[in-house]
Amino acid sequence: MRMSKGLATILTAAALLALPCGAANAQVTLKVVMHSDLKIVDPIWTTAYITRNHGYMVYDTLFAMDEKGEIKPQMVDKYDVSADKLTYTFTLRDGLAWHDGAPVTAEDCVASIKRWAAKDSLGQKVMTFVDTISVGNPKTFTVKLKEQTGLLVFALGKPSSNVPFMMPKRVADTDPNTQISDFTGSGPFVFKKEEWKPGDKAVYVKFDKYKPRSEPASGLAGGKVAKVDRVEWLAISDQQQAINALLAGEIDYIEAPSHDLLPLVKADKNLKLVDWNPLGNQYTFRPNHLHPPFNNPKVRQALWYAFNQKDFLEAVIGDPTYYKTCKSEFPCGTAMSTDTAMAGLLESNFQKSKDLLKEAGYDGTPVVLMHSTDLQVLTNLAPVAKSLMEKGGFKVDMQSMDWQTLVARRAKKEPVNAGGWNAFMTSWVSADILNPVMAGFANAGCDKAMFGWPCDEVTEKLRDQFARETDPAKQKEIAAAVQKRNTEFTTHLFLGQWYLPAATRKNIDGVLSAPAPVFWNVEKKSQS
Amino acid sequence: MLGYILRRLLATLPVMLIVAVFVFLMLRLTPGDPAAVIAGDNANSEQVAAIRNSLGLDQPIFTQFFIWFGNILRGDFGESYFFKKTVAELITSRLEPTLALSLATIVIAVAVAVPLGVLAAYRQGTLIDKIVMGFSVLGFSVPVFVIGYSLIYLFAIKLNWLPVQGYQRIGDGFGGFLQRLILPSVTLSVIYIALIARMTRTSVLDVMGEDYIRTARAKGQVEVKVLFKHALKNAAVPIVTVIGLGVALLIGGVVVTESVFTIPGLGRLTVDAVLARDYPTIQAVILLFSFVYVLINLLVDLAYTLFDPRIRY
Repeated sequence: MRMSKGLATILTAAALLALPCGAANAQVTLKVVMHSDLKIVDPIWTTAYITRNHGYMVYDTLFAMDEKGEIKPQMVDKYDVSADKLTYTFTLRDGLAWHDGAPVTAEDCVASIKRWAAKDSLGQKVMTFVDTISVGNPKTFTVKLKEQTGLLVFALGKPSSNVPFMMPKRVADTDPNTQISDFTGSGPFVFKKEEWKPGDKAVYVKFDKYKPRSEPASGLAGGKVAKVDRVEWLAISDQQQAINALLAGEIDYIEAPSHDLLPLVKADKNLKLVDWNPLGNQYTFRPNHLHPPFNNPKVRQALWYAFNQKDFLEAVIGDPTYYKTCKSEFPCGTAMSTDTAMAGLLESNFQKSKDLLKEAGYDGTPVVLMHSTDLQVLTNLAPVAKSLMEKGGFKVDMQSMDWQTLVARRAKKEPVNAGGWNAFMTSWVSADILNPVMAGFANAGCDKAMFGWPCDEVTEKLRDQFARETDPAKQKEIAAAVQKRNTEFTTHLFLGQWYLPAATRKNIDGVLSAPAPVFWNVEKKSQS
Repeated sequence: MLGYILRRLLATLPVMLIVAVFVFLMLRLTPGDPAAVIAGDNANSEQVAAIRNSLGLDQPIFTQFFIWFGNILRGDFGESYFFKKTVAELITSRLEPTLALSLATIVIAVAVAVPLGVLAAYRQGTLIDKIVMGFSVLGFSVPVFVIGYSLIYLFAIKLNWLPVQGYQRIGDGFGGFLQRLILPSVTLSVIYIALIARMTRTSVLDVMGEDYIRTARAKGQVEVKVLFKHALKNAAVPIVTVIGLGVALLIGGVVVTESVFTIPGLGRLTVDAVLARDYPTIQAVILLFSFVYVLINLLVDLAYTLFDPRIRY
């Protein structure tokens, strides 16, 4: 068969035209390794950070925290507060759409708020102030309060788990204790459910119909402009392998490379470190208030004198670039941070610790300290605590276990000889502990408190006052009072802030400084 | 023969039952709580309790066992606590990488180890023998992850010949599939090359002094034919046993190798499930591994008849 000359010319021309076209339309894929594999995809069902991060890809929020820590409207166009500060009317932005093309309505948002508030502790607190939430029209809804609170807008823009992500009403109507199975969101990326292979990868593609705000991106607020077509979260559990893959150019970004591998990143000219979370994290020591010896406030108080922050931070993080001593219950660099009542504390005054123990009548009961061995950022904490406590006059029985065993055991209220515990150490993402109401360990509501179950009316009254207060200056005073009370009652001890930058290829730009890692605004330039 | 196979298969049933009971109890008695893992670090006791209730983990252990075992008898292995997928779906999706890795490892191991073992036996006491045996000791002693990282450093990072990690399904292109399989299967095969080469050498040495070898040589057979047709075939039974054991031991090897090379196979699934206390997945995977182990032993027993006509079942 012979092809006519004309046809051959047309085909050749078409092929030549197709080549540059194809190149121009090449999909830009960002390959990233997050701090863990995505297993659960309902950000309201779990507080796991990886699921929160997934939420920021797929869903949008009514409000969001910007780079300065201020709460700004996101899906909300404007909101009005009545003169008596009891009625908030929210109006949604024009052009908001779900991934299936349907418009976002006020009804969707109200259902989403209700599902979130049923699970989230700050949401539950806010709902105690709420009288009604009603839909005005498809773009407007109103929240009527029983009494004033300064928490409503803050809670709707809270940056960390559980984040009040907006979902379509049909999804948000799911029982809060049942996982959702419809992953339709209205965020800048669409979750590709059919390409999600747990243990391998999760895939997101750019949502072409997403209408970003006009302001530049700032923290979790501002215009969420997706600058890559596709984001793949690859599950590489081995840290060394993740770095190897980054060195070889197989991936573009590692969210949380371990501190000991950072010199490898610094040494390679094709890689760089990006400080995406300037708020960092805070180490804490949590005593169990139910059992001896920590059911005695004086014994708990001795801990303030036995510990110092630097020993912990040096033992775990090592490089001072990535840690900061901070004698504030609420992270340094945030609105509520304060050094109130901290003079002389956390300075390893062992004699004072011993004196307090003697005063308390401490009988040498060993403190069962749970030691997590499998998470590098926690492993060295308990041995340092043991050493400092022993110098301060305590007897310590440090018991080593993996983190999941610790997580299960810390939920037990039984006495130590029946499988219970006296203390454990953990780390909080700073964005989760910005004020006395959202900070989980500040809750001293007995059975309603987190593991350790502190029970203190004074602290609870202060937290209630904070929730009612609408003046930021007075809120700060109450936060300082909460901290002062903590130094007397000791719900928990704060042991310094630490930071972990992301590692990226040099051609990755636009990574935002935010309390959670997000991928809008991130560009992948062609490698030179 | 058919009767023997049926009897052996029937004998697997009590084995599987014991494994099922053992695995179930072991998981429930091991510290850890899947509900706490699911709820996340910021959850309070009430949230954890609600999840425990929704998963049925607050029921008595015997009730949980009978529900699970009853479902298994109906062919239902349950749903993963985490992935919103049935365990059967999860295992099916992870089967290909593990099978590919295991098969490639065994092919490489046999293809390299058997000739090396025969050569070492033939050149007993020479430098070649010493090199082969030295390699064998090294291969046996160095942990899999050290071999893996060394090969990655050399071939993926320094020479940039092969990818560092990952897996490509065969359906997405054979070239990419093979490229991503080379490093993990070579890594995993080192220990089996060492094991099989040593066994081959010993077995071949045992038969080299036999009369039929002398007769074959006297008849003027070339040495290659003497070694591979007469010596190797008669030395095959212990070698096949070691290869069979190696296949069974691969189950442990793939766990490490799949983790090092980020291959989404059954080994990775096992590690992830154990770390997350995903009981339904762990139980099903261990039952599957146990069944495969029993099956491989049966196949090895049957293979003996191919090499030694005196063996009859």
